[in-house]
Amino acid sequence: MKISIASGKGGTGKTLVATSLAVSRALQTGRTITIADCDVEEPNSFLFFPDRVLSGSKQCHVSVPVIDEEKCSHCGKCADFCAYHALAALPQTVLIFPELCHGCGGCSIICPEKAVGEGVRPVGEIFQAVCRGVRIVWGELAVGEARTTPLIKAVKDLAMKECPENDVRGDCDVIVDCPPGTSCSMVESVRDTDFCLLVTEPTPFGLYDLDIALKVLEKMKIPRAVLVNKGGMGDRGVYDYLEKRGIPLLMEIPMDRRIAELYSRGEIFVNSMPQWQARFAGLMDRIEEMVA
Amino acid sequence: MKQMAVVSGKGGTGKTSIVASLAALACGRAVFADCDVDAPDLHLILRPEIREERPFFGIKRAFIDAEKCIQCGSCMEACRFSAIKDFKVDCARCEGCGVCSLVCPADSVSMADSQAGTAYQSETRFGPMVHAELFPGEEASGKLVAMVREMARDLAATRNLDLVIIDGSPGIGCPVIASLTGADLALVVTEPTITAEHDLERILLAAAHFGIKAAVCINKYDLNAEAARQIEDLCADRGIMVAGRLPYHSSVVLAMTEGRTVVEVGGPVAAAISEMWCFLESALN
Repeated sequence: MKISIASGKGGTGKTLVATSLAVSRALQTGRTITIADCDVEEPNSFLFFPDRVLSGSKQCHVSVPVIDEEKCSHCGKCADFCAYHALAALPQTVLIFPELCHGCGGCSIICPEKAVGEGVRPVGEIFQAVCRGVRIVWGELAVGEARTTPLIKAVKDLAMKECPENDVRGDCDVIVDCPPGTSCSMVESVRDTDFCLLVTEPTPFGLYDLDIALKVLEKMKIPRAVLVNKGGMGDRGVYDYLEKRGIPLLMEIPMDRRIAELYSRGEIFVNSMPQWQARFAGLMDRIEEMVA
Repeated sequence: MKQMAVVSGKGGTGKTSIVASLAALACGRAVFADCDVDAPDLHLILRPEIREERPFFGIKRAFIDAEKCIQCGSCMEACRFSAIKDFKVDCARCEGCGVCSLVCPADSVSMADSQAGTAYQSETRFGPMVHAELFPGEEASGKLVAMVREMARDLAATRNLDLVIIDGSPGIGCPVIASLTGADLALVVTEPTITAEHDLERILLAAAHFGIKAAVCINKYDLNAEAARQIEDLCADRGIMVAGRLPYHSSVVLAMTEGRTVVEVGGPVAAAISEMWCFLESALN
């Protein structure tokens, strides 16, 4: 089963939920659970596993045009075609802005002189580590890079296709920790997951962004439910909204100074508050029922 | 004209509550730009009255004319984004490159603009505001951020205001880069947790990469004294000023639920933000 944990608003507790779910499920089933941290701009999941053992890392590359100056006739067709303004044709040369390139390959197709080839350049790094039944896969976008989706795709590929459980069961449990927001990075992260759990906080900001995130999932036809974190901190708006729309509220984590302190130190709170392990394992069971 | 971008790396550290309070303190002297276009919240506090709306066109999208399509599959083969299935375009995957249209032998693919959001110019009780709404799940948030910033700069010039305060989005990618470029100061809001500290390092690197001067605000600094000290050390090591230290206090959530700024509600956080504002004013000038 592939579950995504998303939110709209940042800082609502996606990583807290993703790590708690993974640890609780691994303890309950004795199987390896994978966390795919798709917040490649600011990956945090791995920080909660300080005694992790790194089992691999690799660069993530995207393609970028390479101009053969010998063949180039400076006709400018490549620059005219490029929808991303990644090429600029000057009378004597063609300038390339690699960070704008989406790697569509159009410049290479349109060039009448066959002067445009393709090279690659790194946009970030992917890591894989294991820690007591949890496998963590995460990506780190190189500072200064704008586009996140190629790296997110690579993280999900590694997490899902090269999953250790695939050998045994033909399916594996992957928990996708999504980036905040509701645009392309979030869309890429939740895509092809069986279920999305939206984490929110009961405040006007939490509610407003939850509403947008729910619209994205509706468009993508991904089954969803909500988890309220920091319950008791704000107002009733989120609860009234969920009730009115019949959106299931699967769990509420109260505003609790102890949980916040454990989190601030990089500790997974269910390890110190074991009564929560059964609740998270139960949450996973409930989601499994909803997916079936 | 000066531009200050409030960013954070990690989400949920308090950017919007702080920007709203800075708006109250800069009342009548600045334009406010909400550049967190895919999760905008500043309007919930500033409660703008919309005066002008402009459509935002993101990327073009491909459309296949089924009448003309000869189902040869050339487009599917050429598309690097797996956006064409069964001779139909999946708009959620299409990145608008136009390769399908280029390779189609039957001239059945056209590229068309599609509205991806709306930008607004508004008035608030503290002064003019520019904000936007990216339609759910759309791309090109960086392009919309650039549009909001341009409208904010134009508005500041017309009204003779010398400051634009930008509410940024979390992260370090496309919309954040669009919020940061050309800013005179980046106010980075963080909190004393190991995750926020990790994210702070990356956003400071990003600011340095684009040559933007940064100052740090430690929100809820009293939640974890040790982590707060580590952040102070990190800033000292890099020669980055700590602009403000805000205590953890219930007035912040109260203000949010009432649609008011922390400064209007009053209390210890309001006092600390006012003090930080004095620092920021001198850092900007």
